[in-house]
Amino acid sequence: MVETGHFALVLAFALSLVQMLLPLVGARSGNRRLMAVGGPVAVTGFALTALSFAALAGAYAGSDFSVANVWENSHSLQPMIYKITGTWGNHEGSMLLWVLILTFFGALVAVFGSNLPETLKANVLAVQGTIGAAFFLFILTTSNPFIRLNPAPIEGRDLNPVLQDLGLAIHPPLLYLGYVGFSICFSFSVAALIEGRIDASWARWVRPWTLVAWMFLTGGIAMGSYWAYYELGWGGFWFWDPVENASFMPWLAGTALLHSAIVMEKRSALKIWTLLLAILTFSLSLLGTFLVRSGVLTSVHAFATDPARGVFILCILTLFIGGSLALFALRASRLTAGGLFHPISREGALVLNNLFLTTATATVLVGTLYPLVLEATTGGKISVGAPFFDLTFGPLMLPLLAIVPFGPLLAWKRGDILAASQRLMAAFALAIAAMLVAGLFIDGGSVFAALGVGLAVWLVAGALTDLAVKSGVGSVTPAVMLRRFAGLPRSVFGTALAHLGLGLTLLGIVGTLSFGTEKILTMRAGETVDLSGHTLRFEGLFPRKGPNFTEDRGRFLLISNGNADGEITSAKRFYPARQTVTTESGIRTLGLSQLYLSLGDEGKDGSVVVRLWWKPLVTLIWGGGLVMMGGAAMSLLDRRLRVGAPARRRKPAAAAASASPT
Amino acid sequence: MTRKQKRLSVIIAGLAFLGAAAGLTFYALGQKASYFYMPADLATATVQPGQRIRLGGLVEKGTIVRSQGATVAFSVTDTQKSVKVTYTGILPDLFREEQGVITEGAFGPDGVFVADSVLAKHDERYMPKEVADGLKAKGVWQESKSQ
Repeated sequence: MVETGHFALVLAFALSLVQMLLPLVGARSGNRRLMAVGGPVAVTGFALTALSFAALAGAYAGSDFSVANVWENSHSLQPMIYKITGTWGNHEGSMLLWVLILTFFGALVAVFGSNLPETLKANVLAVQGTIGAAFFLFILTTSNPFIRLNPAPIEGRDLNPVLQDLGLAIHPPLLYLGYVGFSICFSFSVAALIEGRIDASWARWVRPWTLVAWMFLTGGIAMGSYWAYYELGWGGFWFWDPVENASFMPWLAGTALLHSAIVMEKRSALKIWTLLLAILTFSLSLLGTFLVRSGVLTSVHAFATDPARGVFILCILTLFIGGSLALFALRASRLTAGGLFHPISREGALVLNNLFLTTATATVLVGTLYPLVLEATTGGKISVGAPFFDLTFGPLMLPLLAIVPFGPLLAWKRGDILAASQRLMAAFALAIAAMLVAGLFIDGGSVFAALGVGLAVWLVAGALTDLAVKSGVGSVTPAVMLRRFAGLPRSVFGTALAHLGLGLTLLGIVGTLSFGTEKILTMRAGETVDLSGHTLRFEGLFPRKGPNFTEDRGRFLLISNGNADGEITSAKRFYPARQTVTTESGIRTLGLSQLYLSLGDEGKDGSVVVRLWWKPLVTLIWGGGLVMMGGAAMSLLDRRLRVGAPARRRKPAAAAASASPT
Repeated sequence: MTRKQKRLSVIIAGLAFLGAAAGLTFYALGQKASYFYMPADLATATVQPGQRIRLGGLVEKGTIVRSQGATVAFSVTDTQKSVKVTYTGILPDLFREEQGVITEGAFGPDGVFVADSVLAKHDERYMPKEVADGLKAKGVWQESKSQ
């Protein structure tokens, strides 16, 4: 079975070469039969990659330790869920998941792209095939997961205990769906550059793909943040770690792309910029893959370091980023520039959004790469952390967040800033009120807290104002209003939800950072501690045996108003296979806030170091992310994207003719 | 304004914005990045009390002292020099004698390094990269220990 997987992977590589060449040649020479090869090859390539992945997952599920990869990263006593998720809890397997998702997206284009112009589809599949070929070659030559061991070991070396968590089942697949999803936008952009023109269907195609990739990337980052929060036991939700930045940069650029693609679709302006942004977004995804997978960074994500891998991915990176940007430089001037607009307009607001977001992306890029460059050139070792990003990323985000509510209220072409301001009066008053309350009446209030809470409320209220204005609140009867509200395009709801989610995330961040409390102390069994109005009694340490670990569970009784209100447990786990200790934090959610505690070392006198946090509104950080995902999903359900697509099939010739350069 | 002037003013405004962001970025890099040192490096480098740095090395054997409360004192060594460190909080699970660590904080006026974070590698097979590189440079790295 494992050999079948290996063979399927080699076949998939061969097919990706076919997919890379034949449709491209077909599109250049106008050979329809060659162009038609792309679709079936892409679908077959996906099926073979899926077979290969299934073979590896099967080896993991069956604990086949004759496979080196399984031996290194699995253990027969692990629960089944961690055996299976362990498939991608290592370098080789996670690269296989990467190409699986890449070929999946390629197959989707092949299946749902029947309404695309023939040459565009062929070129898109060819570019997608090229990316696939590079990564298949990378896996087969430097990261082959199917290598056998002879003789086969009896027992495996266990999955890294930090990864033995449900988070591994959710975070990497979501993140990769996002990362790799942007490859479609990249392929469309490069295909447009190869053809030297952008036609009407281009923008209509790129926007939903951007939405899909952005939705998954948002979920992946939010899930990764929550996983780090509860698994590492430090109580932090974002560390500005280079690995986090590696996923955050494509998100920022992807957010910019999402907005510029709207302008392009609705007004056919910003064409060249959108195309460049699509290339840059996927380039940042590739850079992220390089940073995480090459071993230049040490982190939980760098499973192993092998210089050959780093060099190989660097070559892929250079080839794709350099190649696509060179093509852009050569061909961009052929593309026609689009419509004109006044600076104060919906387009203007979206351009401003792009200016801020891309600059913010650049500051994160500098902060992430500068230490690497410095070390490579001078050997000096520095770390760039939160203080740097607070000073650079922060000032860029504040004005951007402040202008968000104006955008959707401005008209296309020429907007009326005064009218928009008048409509936002209620939201503004609400934000000021929240600001005053946060700054003056809540303990721990500061200028930062007041500003943050005010901005968050401004975002939430602004998003609701947009919906209210568009359904005619105040100017029509309630019955008409309800009908209008129900009849609003799904994309309007999508925008409002995404902006609302952003406000919620900000509220969670500010709430936790400004109004949270923390205590570190030693406790003996029977002692109690008070934290922000909650009382906890330490019941003692209780040993317990898990499937592949032993643990000491510290049990804490939560006492509210003198009554017992359930238990919180935090544990020190010992995994004998890897001789590793991990800390399992104890979390209790109360409303939107959380009590978080984590155990430290045990003293000789039976006391234990305990670190406790009260984290007000902390769940909103990730809840806001879910709302943003919901916004993207809502936008995807828009009639225009569902019904509009087949309708165009009737007049492909007319569309192509009208879109060709004049 | 003509179209050309308009375009020019937009470009100038955009460049000014980017310039301001770039200036801020480089200022922040100079001010807010923290440098990595090993104990022996501190003899040659001038590190002011209160300046944030990262200090890495091995936890010296027999120096871990747990006092009342959650404060721990230990020494970080690169086998040539060692530096006293205090830390209040929960030490990482992999913190133990002769284990590579990176501490972040600043020297107090008494010459003791007050750390506000202590990192040890989660996977016991590895040293923090900076520490491993530093030990290799000082010729005290044993390859057999690393894998």
